[in-house]
Amino acid sequence: MIQSKAEKTFYVINNIFLLICAVVAVYPLIYVLSASLSDPTSVAMGSIRLLPKGLNLNSYKEVINYNDGAIWVAYANTFYYVIVGTAVSLILTIFTAYPLSKKRLRGGTIITFLVAFTMWFNAGMIPTYLNYRDFHLVDTRTSILLHGAIVSFYVFMMKTFFQSIPDSLEEAAKIDGAGDIYIMLHIYLPLSASCIITIILYYLVSRWNAYLWSSILLNTESKIPLQVLLKKLVVDANWNAETAGIDSVKDYNAETLVYATMVVSIVPMLILYPFLQKYFIKGVMIGAIKG
Amino acid sequence: MRTESTSVKIPVNSKFKSYFSALYRDVKRDKALYALLILPVLYFVLFHYKPMYGLQMAFQDYSLYKGIDGSKWVGFENFRMFFESPYFLRTLKNTVLISLYQLVFAFPAPIILAVLFNEVIGKRLKKAFQTACYIPHFVSAVIVTGLVTRFCATNGIVNVIASLFGAEKQNYLTMPEYFRGIYTFMTVWQNTGFDSIIYSAALMSVDTSLYEAASIDGANKWKRMVHVTFPSILPTIVTMFIIKLGNFLNVGADNIILLYQPVTYETADTISTYIYRVGLENSQYSLAAAVGLVNGIVGLILVYVSNYVSRRVTESSLW
Repeated sequence: MIQSKAEKTFYVINNIFLLICAVVAVYPLIYVLSASLSDPTSVAMGSIRLLPKGLNLNSYKEVINYNDGAIWVAYANTFYYVIVGTAVSLILTIFTAYPLSKKRLRGGTIITFLVAFTMWFNAGMIPTYLNYRDFHLVDTRTSILLHGAIVSFYVFMMKTFFQSIPDSLEEAAKIDGAGDIYIMLHIYLPLSASCIITIILYYLVSRWNAYLWSSILLNTESKIPLQVLLKKLVVDANWNAETAGIDSVKDYNAETLVYATMVVSIVPMLILYPFLQKYFIKGVMIGAIKG
Repeated sequence: MRTESTSVKIPVNSKFKSYFSALYRDVKRDKALYALLILPVLYFVLFHYKPMYGLQMAFQDYSLYKGIDGSKWVGFENFRMFFESPYFLRTLKNTVLISLYQLVFAFPAPIILAVLFNEVIGKRLKKAFQTACYIPHFVSAVIVTGLVTRFCATNGIVNVIASLFGAEKQNYLTMPEYFRGIYTFMTVWQNTGFDSIIYSAALMSVDTSLYEAASIDGANKWKRMVHVTFPSILPTIVTMFIIKLGNFLNVGADNIILLYQPVTYETADTISTYIYRVGLENSQYSLAAAVGLVNGIVGLILVYVSNYVSRRVTESSLW
């Protein structure tokens, strides 16, 4: 294709603009990494631009030892909530979506409405909180696993996917004498692998990053996940920076401690990132077909 | 009269009967399918619909010890209290303004980005740009707000850049006039890349022969964008816009709770953050539940109306 001069200029400007966007998107993360590796005074002075200054790993040592290993407890909690929570969510989502994907299911429309309605209207923060309280679930790990355990939108994503699988497969299996559970486990689920992985990753990321309800429902230090601990550190560091004298380096350690904790909490997401990118895009596509 | 009413009643009754006998037959046939639904239905009833039953506390002077069944009924007292308080106008104004900022800035950004991605020559380069721009979506609210707090502090990067232009050093997060701008920029940073995916998907399905035909007719780059690219993603844009309108009042409480402070309440306090403070920090459960109910009902109406409009305009709807 022949390009005019104006078009060439357009391509160059476009690439430069997108490069700036990419830098703006990634820069804060690089900053976090650099700040976590720098010496506390330069961080406190705000002299970090891109690369670490006065390279040291003390902040990571501090993270490891912080408050008798509070970070390990929080990390372990997060892993528990993410792994068990995602498993619970996935199982319940399949349990909801599979029967509802069958047109022959009498009463299915009522249950579909029951599930869909929660997308448009919910009781609100306080009745929801008091409901957990009534069940004596406040400050329990179970409450975190249960909160948002079934996301209606994913149910419909999966239901649509199940419905795209031809009925003839089910009929053939029925003739061979297979039961519904067998058909679901051995025919439908293997065929829906990509949809299932997508939904697993959606649940996983939202559970990893969850903050608000974890902070509302949990009080005990030993049960809080990483994000809640991180929030506490951020607030502490702010408080220290405002009250401490400029020459007390130790207080400023709080600041590098925050950055190191941020790094620690982002790393698992970055390791998963290639998968996340691929399947999140897939998820948007599956969602788009429906919408 | 009497015979008429009975003659109406009998079919209804038998309709119910036949429905339940058919249901009974079906449950017997599809035992396993119905069994799978037991846990999810239980979950929805106990954790979504039971709290809705609890919403009646909005009409009560709710006390934790007496519970919903024992608390005193006060009618619309809590609603009156909210509507007459200075918080009503403040939170409504902030919610509407922040949502408007979202519609004006955060909504078009991913469309523009997707169109620009589409113009990149070279698959690898395009993929690299996209990979970088999607990353912020996976960063948690705590980290994003923590970073914004750091960057806006007196020795933060924002001040460093501003001082190049001769601005005085100041903590922007403590200044109410900047809060909505900062919040909008933050959400644009976090969501623009990821939200562009849906438009990129729409762009991929555009017939390339249209571009060729247009350039043969002498249309330049700009004209092709306006007359080919834009019309072909217009249905997606309209659908997304309607979804956004339906969620107009749902300004993310968690991000603002992490970002605001008492000095910026006058511009940052939204309906959802107000509910959070009143309910969980001050334990005024009934008042918070009442405000939540108003918010929920208005939200429901918005969703319904926008879906109705969607069905009319784009022939695609959410239900």
